Amino acid sequence: MRHVLLIEDEPNIVEALSFIFLRDGWKVDAHSDGANAVATTVQTAPNAIILDVMLPNRSGFEILEELRSLPDYKDIPILMLTARGQSKDRDIAMARGASQYMTKPFSNAEVLQTMNALVGHLP
Amino acid sequence: MLSLDLLIFVSLIYVAFLFGVAFWAERASDVGRGGWMRTPLIYTLSLSIYCTAWTFYGAVGFAARSGLEFLTIYLGPTVVLIGWWLILRRLVRIARAERITSIADLVSSRFGKSALLGGLVTVMAVVGTTPYIALQLQSVTTSISVFAKGTQNILSSTNIALWTAAGLAVFTILFGTRNLDVNERHSGVVIAIAVEAIVKLLALLAVGVFVVWGLAGGAGDVLARIDASPISQWEVSTGRWIGLTFLSAAAFLCLPRMFQVMVVENSEESHLATASWAFPLYLLLMSLFVIPIAVVGLDILPAGSNPDLFVLTLPLSAEQNGLAMLAFLGGFSSATSMVIVAAIALSTMISNHIVTPIWLRSRGQGATISGDVRSVVLTSRRISIIVILTLGYLYYRISGGGAALASIGLISFAGVAQILPVMLGGIFWHSATKIGALAGLICGLVVWSYTMFLPSFGPEVLISQETIDHGLWGLQWLRPTALFGIQGLDPVVHAVLWSILLNSFAFVAGSILSRPSPLERVQAVQFISAFESGSSARGWQRGATDAEDLLSMAQRIIGAAQAQNLFRTAAQRQGKQGYLPDPTPQFLETLERGLAGSVGAATAHAMLGQMVGGSAVTVEDLMAVADETAQIMEYSNQLEAKSGELTTTARKLRDANDKLTKLSIQKDAFLSQISHELRTPMTSIRAFSEILQNPDLSDGDRPKYARIIEDETQRLTRLLDDLLDLSVLENGQVSLDLRQARLREILDRAQASANVDEQIRIRRSAGREDISILTDPDRLTQVFINLMSNAAKYCEAQRPKLTVIVTEAPAAITVDFIDNGAGVDHANQDMIFEKFSRASDHSKAGGAGLGLAICREIITNLGGQISYLPGQRGAAFRISLPRD
Repeated sequence: MRHVLLIEDEPNIVEALSFIFLRDGWKVDAHSDGANAVATTVQTAPNAIILDVMLPNRSGFEILEELRSLPDYKDIPILMLTARGQSKDRDIAMARGASQYMTKPFSNAEVLQTMNALVGHLP
Repeated sequence: MLSLDLLIFVSLIYVAFLFGVAFWAERASDVGRGGWMRTPLIYTLSLSIYCTAWTFYGAVGFAARSGLEFLTIYLGPTVVLIGWWLILRRLVRIARAERITSIADLVSSRFGKSALLGGLVTVMAVVGTTPYIALQLQSVTTSISVFAKGTQNILSSTNIALWTAAGLAVFTILFGTRNLDVNERHSGVVIAIAVEAIVKLLALLAVGVFVVWGLAGGAGDVLARIDASPISQWEVSTGRWIGLTFLSAAAFLCLPRMFQVMVVENSEESHLATASWAFPLYLLLMSLFVIPIAVVGLDILPAGSNPDLFVLTLPLSAEQNGLAMLAFLGGFSSATSMVIVAAIALSTMISNHIVTPIWLRSRGQGATISGDVRSVVLTSRRISIIVILTLGYLYYRISGGGAALASIGLISFAGVAQILPVMLGGIFWHSATKIGALAGLICGLVVWSYTMFLPSFGPEVLISQETIDHGLWGLQWLRPTALFGIQGLDPVVHAVLWSILLNSFAFVAGSILSRPSPLERVQAVQFISAFESGSSARGWQRGATDAEDLLSMAQRIIGAAQAQNLFRTAAQRQGKQGYLPDPTPQFLETLERGLAGSVGAATAHAMLGQMVGGSAVTVEDLMAVADETAQIMEYSNQLEAKSGELTTTARKLRDANDKLTKLSIQKDAFLSQISHELRTPMTSIRAFSEILQNPDLSDGDRPKYARIIEDETQRLTRLLDDLLDLSVLENGQVSLDLRQARLREILDRAQASANVDEQIRIRRSAGREDISILTDPDRLTQVFINLMSNAAKYCEAQRPKLTVIVTEAPAAITVDFIDNGAGVDHANQDMIFEKFSRASDHSKAGGAGLGLAICREIITNLGGQISYLPGQRGAAFRISLPRD
């Protein structure tokens, strides 16, 4: 089953993304704080992650880096979302191993399509 | 009675005769037949210009008024001459070695060739000599008017003075500035004044003999008359005697004309030895008949006759016209010889120390052609002579010619005596410095002017009666005749005592407190050792050293190429090949000059002295070397300071660069923050807009999502408002609407607008809020709302509470907002006022993190301060506002 973990601190954005993925038949978990994002990931064991860059207490880039250093998560699809809109952020994200990178505001269909493409063969 | 016409005719003949003598002497000197002119006798006679009309006529007047006191005027020079080996020999030797041309040149050279000192001494000499020249003009005028009495007076006295001054100017220009001589010697003039010396001595002796044996009944009768006359009754005041003797000795040494004949015109040191007894003898002869003439004059002539003119009026009263004529010529000689030499000496000083320096400076560098300078110097001397005589004439006109001859003479004496301390210090005292000399001279000049020169014109001319009676600015101790409250002194003694004392004190103090420059050191050694070493101090004996050693030393100091060049040129001049000239005195001098350019004169001299061995290195030389070294060190310190400056500048540049980089980073951070804050609500709006387009949405979800869109839109609007607000506040473009308002009303309004009473209990103390304050109430309300909302939003206590405390201080009103929550971390306290900083997480804040930044800008614009107040239980903010 497709299972996405939303690591995002804006409640309204979490609600919108949850709505989209749930309708598409995904299992959805959400986490709003940077500090223990990695622990939640290990705990919930998703097969795809949507990760915000600007999170309270810890930056999305650091979380990305730590996840990629863990054997279980070095290949997991991770879509990075950022509102900062600078090309420098895209470079950093891709260099640290993001699977895909998107700038807010996004199109719902595009996010869904991208995630489905990343997850691929899963039903 | 002698006719005036005859008198003028004889005077003109006499002047023509003097012209002839001077002209003939100059010619003889030019063709080398002037050896007889440089004899001790001529030298001694030339010193007689000390005896001016003042001594010729005035001594008798002096004696008639104050008895034997006139002798002091002769005692001073006698003392100086008897002790000639002490001061005079030294002066003559130094002047010879250093080619000194005047007393101004002496002082200037001694103190590091200071142009300032030369100019100052020149000015003092001119000021001190002007009354003296006026005195001579006056004596000529009054003596002529004696003859004019009873005849038709075709010549007014001012006319006589004017013509005399003009005639003297012509004579002085003709014989004093005929050519430029490095030694400033004028043989024609010297011979002319020697002739005049004989004339005046003969005249006075003749009058004396006639008075004693012609008018009175011989020596015995005269002695009896002296005993009977009031002259013998005069009490001798010791203070005045000592004072006047000192004064005349000082003047004898310092008078520009005396310096000219005694030091500058001196051709042989040995002449001094002869003069040391011959000149006192001359003075003795001059004074021999003074008392008899005075006594007999007082006896024979009608009461009220001017005793200054007894020398003329006694022969005239006895119808001895020939003798009267001789007496007149004696007085005329005394006056003219003094004026001529004084004008020559002063014009040399003016042109060398005032005109030429100014002219050279105005020409700039590199424009000094030899012929050019000569004509300028001669022209300036001629003009100076005219100026000096004009000044004397003007002084005569202004002072009205009324003062007795003796008192004018004393004023002049005291004026030039101010140079004495500096001159003696200069030739005896190693540690005398330029600063000290300047201080002493200026001090002496000021005190002399104030106590003697200015009052001499009489009250209300240059100095008011008020000042004379009650002192300057009404200060009793500044009375010109009783300085520092010391009364009862004779005015002359008083002025001389104070001016010389303060002058010497300033000179010594200034010298001790200041450091001489290397050039001054060198000159001090030159001047003082000029006497001790017995010959020119810096001459080199043929050295007992090897030219190769000298070359290797020179190379180290001035560099190989330059040293080799210097040595090769010198060798060529000696007719030798290669680089090693013989160490002749000439070569050593050249080498010393070459080295001096790099290491300073004293060091160069000491180095060569060490190697050549001919001239011992003295302690003074070593001190001079130390001085130069100190200067070089000072220079290198300056360089170090410069390099320090450079380092500072570099650091400043680096700091500025860092600041710019930081600003640029801040700008980037700010932009990405804004981007984040704008995009976040837009993301929600876009996502839910898309979701709302979905047809199979439940009826419960639809309004819920629509409200989210509305909220996020409001959030966007708020953010834009805040950003605009902040930008206006930060740029200082805000227009404040200042007016008086009650603090309580502002807080009431804020509390109502914040509308947070449901979330937090706000405690206030209404009594203390009843304060009127000049502020912008709307803006202040905005700040209060912000702080109340923040407390409501962030305070996590079980029962949230916000306490508002108002405190009144004399200078400020403080308003504290303290909640009972967790407060702000120590680490975050500094940054909470920055834009987009939020201590807690985004979700709860619901703002962009601009609130406190805006608060800070508003309070700053209102002239107050907002700060986080640590150490309270919860979060605490303090606002302090200025009182009106």
